[in-house]
Formats: sequence, C-alpha cells, structure tokens
Amino acid sequence: MHRAQTSITDVSIEWPSVQDVFQTMTFQAGYNTSVVLAGTTLLGVAAGIVGAFALLRKRALMGDALSHATLPGIAMAFIVATLFGVAGKSLLILLPGAAITGVLAIVATQFIIRQTRLSEDTAIGVSLSVFFGAGVVLLSYVQNMSSGDQAGLATFIYGQTAAMNVRDVFLMGTIALIAIIAAVALLKEFALVCFDEDFAAVQGWPVTFIDLVMMTLVVLVTVVGLQAVGLILVVAMLIIPPAAARFWTERLGRMTIIAGIIGGASGYIGASASALLPRLPAGSVIVLAAGVVFFLSLTFAPRRGVVANLSRAARLRLKIAQDHMLLEILHKDLQHSEATEGASVSIGSIRKRRSWSLIEATLIAYSLQRRGLLRKSGNAVSLTEEGQDAATRVARTRRLWEQYLVQYADVAPSHVDWSADLVEHVLSPEMVTRLERSLERAKRPAAPVAEGAA
Amino acid sequence: MTPILSKPDRKSATPLSARPEHSAESPVSIHALTVAYHRKPVVWDVDYDAPPQSLVAIVGPNGAGKSTIIKACLGLAPKAAGRVEFWGQPYRAVRKRIGYVPQRESVDWDFPVSALDVVAMGRYGKIGWCKPVSRQHRAAAMECIDRVGLADYASRQISQLSGGQQQRVFLARALAQEADLYFMDEPFAGVDAATERAIVQVLRELKAGGATVIVVHHDLQTVAEYFDEVMLLNMRVVAEGPVSDTFTQDNLVKTYGGRLTLLAEAAEAVARAERGG
Repeated sequence: MHRAQTSITDVSIEWPSVQDVFQTMTFQAGYNTSVVLAGTTLLGVAAGIVGAFALLRKRALMGDALSHATLPGIAMAFIVATLFGVAGKSLLILLPGAAITGVLAIVATQFIIRQTRLSEDTAIGVSLSVFFGAGVVLLSYVQNMSSGDQAGLATFIYGQTAAMNVRDVFLMGTIALIAIIAAVALLKEFALVCFDEDFAAVQGWPVTFIDLVMMTLVVLVTVVGLQAVGLILVVAMLIIPPAAARFWTERLGRMTIIAGIIGGASGYIGASASALLPRLPAGSVIVLAAGVVFFLSLTFAPRRGVVANLSRAARLRLKIAQDHMLLEILHKDLQHSEATEGASVSIGSIRKRRSWSLIEATLIAYSLQRRGLLRKSGNAVSLTEEGQDAATRVARTRRLWEQYLVQYADVAPSHVDWSADLVEHVLSPEMVTRLERSLERAKRPAAPVAEGAA
Repeated sequence: MTPILSKPDRKSATPLSARPEHSAESPVSIHALTVAYHRKPVVWDVDYDAPPQSLVAIVGPNGAGKSTIIKACLGLAPKAAGRVEFWGQPYRAVRKRIGYVPQRESVDWDFPVSALDVVAMGRYGKIGWCKPVSRQHRAAAMECIDRVGLADYASRQISQLSGGQQQRVFLARALAQEADLYFMDEPFAGVDAATERAIVQVLRELKAGGATVIVVHHDLQTVAEYFDEVMLLNMRVVAEGPVSDTFTQDNLVKTYGGRLTLLAEAAEAVARAERGG
C-alpha cells in the first residue's frame, strides 16, 4: 500500500499470493491494514443500517445530492485552514466543512421543492450539479495554492483508503458506532415516521425532529465515508445494501440487520482488495461487491426475486391454460351430451378456439395428462373421471365469480382490480365457499342490516 | 414529547362566551375554521360542535374539504384562521385521547412490516422514546387486530392483505390507541362487504364504550343507517345536526348542487332516512 497510485485507468495488476490474501482478510497483515479494514467494515455496517431508513423514507437520492455537495465544503475548509496557518488536510477540519455544504445542498433542495412547482428529482439534479460544479472550481483554485499540502484533496472524489491514518479510522469507527446505536435505539420511531408520518404526528411524535436525526445520521455516514469510498460513490453504500436486503425479508428489523451485514461485508472486501491490490481504488471495489450482492438478491431471492417471480407467473399461466383446456373439453362433452363417459375431442379444434400453438397445446395436454385429468389417444383427448370433476369445479367457480361481480361490484370495487378471467384461476377453495355463502345470503329477500346497501 | 408542529393559531379566535352554542362537554369544537392551501381557501369558516358519544359523518362532494377538516383538527393541515378545541382544551393537552385512521392510500403498503407491527404502532405513544414494544403492548395490539377479525393475518406482510383487510389493519391501529375520540378518513372507501360489516360493528362498539367517532363518508345510501349526526360540507358547512333533521333532500341539493346522478341517489337515501333514520 506504499506504492503511488498512478491512474485509475492503469489496469495492470499484480496478483497477491494466497497467503497474503489469508493474512489480510484475517487481520494479520500489520496494524495499519487491520485498522483500515476494521474502519471500512464498520462504515459499511453503519451505511447499510442508516441507508435502510433513508430508503424507506424515500430519501435515498437526497444522499446523492448531499455527497456531491461536500466537495466545495472540503475545498473551502482547506482554504480557510491554510489561511489561518493550520494544517488543512486533517479530517477534523475537512469533514465539518463537507458536512456544512452537504446540509446546505439539502436545505436548498427542500427550498426548491417547497417554493416552486418543480419536482423532487429536478430539485435534486439542480443542487447536486451546482454544488459539485462549485466544488470542482474551488478544488482547481486549491491546486494552484502555494501551501504544497493540497495534493491529497482530490482523493475525496474517488476515495482512497490507503490515505487513511489510524486517527482517521478511529474517527470513522466512532461515528459509525454512533450511527448504529442511534438506529437501534430509535428503530421504532424511525419505522413510524418512515411508514406514516401523519399518524406519528397525531400521536405527538416530533416528526421534524426525528427526520432531522435520520438526516444527521445520513450526513455523518456520508461525510465519514468520503475518504473510503469517495463522494461520487458513497451514496451507493447507503442505497445498495438496504435495497439488496429488501429482497430477503418482509420485516424491518431483519432488513436493517441484513443491510448492515451486506454493507459491512462490502466494506471489508473493498478494503482487503485495496490492501492487496493497491492500484484498485477501494471505494469502487466496495461498491462493486455490494453490486454483486444486489444482483444475486434481485435474481435469486425467494418470493421477491426475478426468478421466483417468473416461475410464479409461468405456473399461473399454465394453471390458467389447463383450466381453459378442461373447460373446452367439458363444453364439447356437454354438446355431445353423452352423459357418462367423456367424449374425445381433437386437440386441433381446441387449439383453434384458444389460438394456442401446437407446442403450447401439446404441453398443456401433457401436463393435464400427468395430473391424471386427461386421457390421450392419438390426436384426440378426453377427460378422465377426475378430469370431469376438476372441469366442473372450474366451471362452477367461474360462474360464481361472474355472479359475484354482477352482484357486488358496486360494494366491492377493490375486488374488481383484477380481470375476471384471471381471478377465477387463483381463487382458493376457501374463497369459493365464502363466495357461495355470500351469494346465498344476498339472494334471500330480507337481507341482514349491514348488507342493506347491496 | 414536545410538539414542534402545529402551534394553534389564535389570531381570529372568538371568545368562547361569545359563541354560546359551543360547550366544553363537546369532544370537538370547531370555531370559525378556515383552511387554505397555496393561498386558495379549501374550507371556509366552519363552526361545528360534535355531541358526546355519537357517530358523526362528514359528507360532501369531491373537493368539498372533508379530509381537510379532519387534518386541520389534528394539526396536519395549516389553519388559516380559527381554532379547534377538544373537551374545551387545545389539541396538545389531549392528543393521547384522540385516535386517527388516515386514508388507506396515504402510505406505501410494500413497507416491510407485518399487520401486527402496524397495529402495534397505535401503542407507540404509550410506550415512549427508545423502548421496544413490550410483550404486554404486543398482546394489546393482538387483541385489537382480533377485534377487526384479522387475528389469522397478524403475521402477514401488509402488501399481502386485500384492500379491505388493509383498511381494517388501520382501524385496529386506531383501536390500539385506546382513544375517546376518533377521526377516520374514508374508512369505507373501496372495501368489501365483510370489511364494511366489521367497521360498522367496531363503530357501534366504540360508541357504546362512550367514544365519539368523526368519519369522512362518501356513501350517501348508508349515512342514515350508520350515523347519528351528519355534517354536510361543500367548502362551507351547508347543514349539520342529527341525521333525522339534517339529512334532507333540500340540504343534499344544496350540498351537491346540480349533480343529477347524485341527486337520484340522494332522493333514495332521504326516503330511507324518513322511514327509519
């Protein structure tokens, strides 16, 4: 980690030995490396936890405006400190400067949203780019100053863990711990304000104050994360881990914990990579690690993941198609009115009515055959006894649903959200019984009071 | 828990003595309330006293300011003028006795919490800062979710509930507040028959227990059946009082103006009110 960083586009890499990797990852690669590793891990945990609330409060992008707007603050803090003859590069001087302009950008964004008709994304875009532009201008001014100490300032843009000293890391760790403790202690209050701020206000919770605490945590994590991840990417640490965590759970507490773990793991991996491969900027590796976790979550998470969604949709489509085929055959049966044994119907005639391709029709018939509902002989199919039961059930459910829509549509508009054709295929047996009962009640001449409206 | 929102605006307050119709007994007294958004008044000069232990419907066309009145009472919408008192006291002094059911669409139902978690939010005011929900408060929340018939759904994530069930979760959360006065914003909007029955049942229980419930209501046909009192609103109060005297065709015409389809409904509703109200 003592090699000079040449350029972020210089991609030649010297791969470390397995032993180096093991030593670094188990905190045995020397005091400095271990401290940096601990610092970024703690930062990742804090960012994940704090980010969970920012995400649920729908303020994630506000963090982006905030982080970009820290640049002018850093540059100005450096200029002021140099003017007073203090060593400007200490984090204790730069970070408050970063926080001040960062918060200023949020205030400016809120002002634009409240006082104009511009939308939130527009307001964020304006303040983000203006503050960042100001930062770049100030930074170029700093580069031309004669103090000779300014070389490291630009590292805040992309981040450079190697530039951290032990004192910086302790500062990071402390602030990260504060963020974690606050998030744990105020979990209930944050949840309430994120979910339903009006209800919180009615109960007497000081919504503005709680918002302020959440925003302060975001500011702390962002400012502290500048050196590790850089101001362009630090927002990723706030957004990606909680977004990935959301795929795995339906509970806020667990989501917060998982987000913390993903964030911590990303920070750990990024700092390790930076120690082992000094030419890789740690910030980018941290973000990429989080990105990989996000991609895996999005793809493979049970229930909310893309694969789960697609397979659910495919199963539903198959079920609908199966029901349709059963109905078609039953329909033909009734036309033939050969009461006992089901007539055989050619697949071709069913295909024509439902406009299925040959492959689709064959697959559907095969799946029904495997369920024991269908008998196949050559190109013709017929219902087994169970198949006739199943088809009758489908037909009855459909009739029930149509009737329900006709009778209750005015009372239950929320149930008309789905198309009738879809819903009849997903009604549970329990729902069918309830429908039957409610229809019977409605048919009676003197309906009970509560249903007088129907 | 010092409120930093909603300082009561006392600029235009008329002294209590000058308006003898207002009584300290009343759970809600609205005095000359005007609410404006972006300098455009939404509700004009509303005066209303809710009688104790009653079910009150606020009825009026879209954009009449029904929700706005509720929000202004609760300090969620800025009052341009006027004030609201509860049992003769300002909102801040009695907020623990007031429950609220917001419109269902006002929150994101994909939020990662269970139905029981949401109901437990009704207890947060009693739990206080920085403390987790204790077993005792969880049990209380469970009781409330049972009262609206959703005990079996307590551990479901809230987006997996139907619209009517979500509405009942909100109702259960308000019940968990154990209040003496409830404000409900369109609790009957878009719900199924089972939910409508459950809500009406709860309303009656609340009244029997001594509470007053103010409900923004959109269904003219059920006003006479469900409520004791009605406030007919169209930016100003057209009429208010017991349903039997107030919910007349004449007043409905004044409230809804020339909206013919609604007038037909109104005629039917009035006929019902006259029959049995």
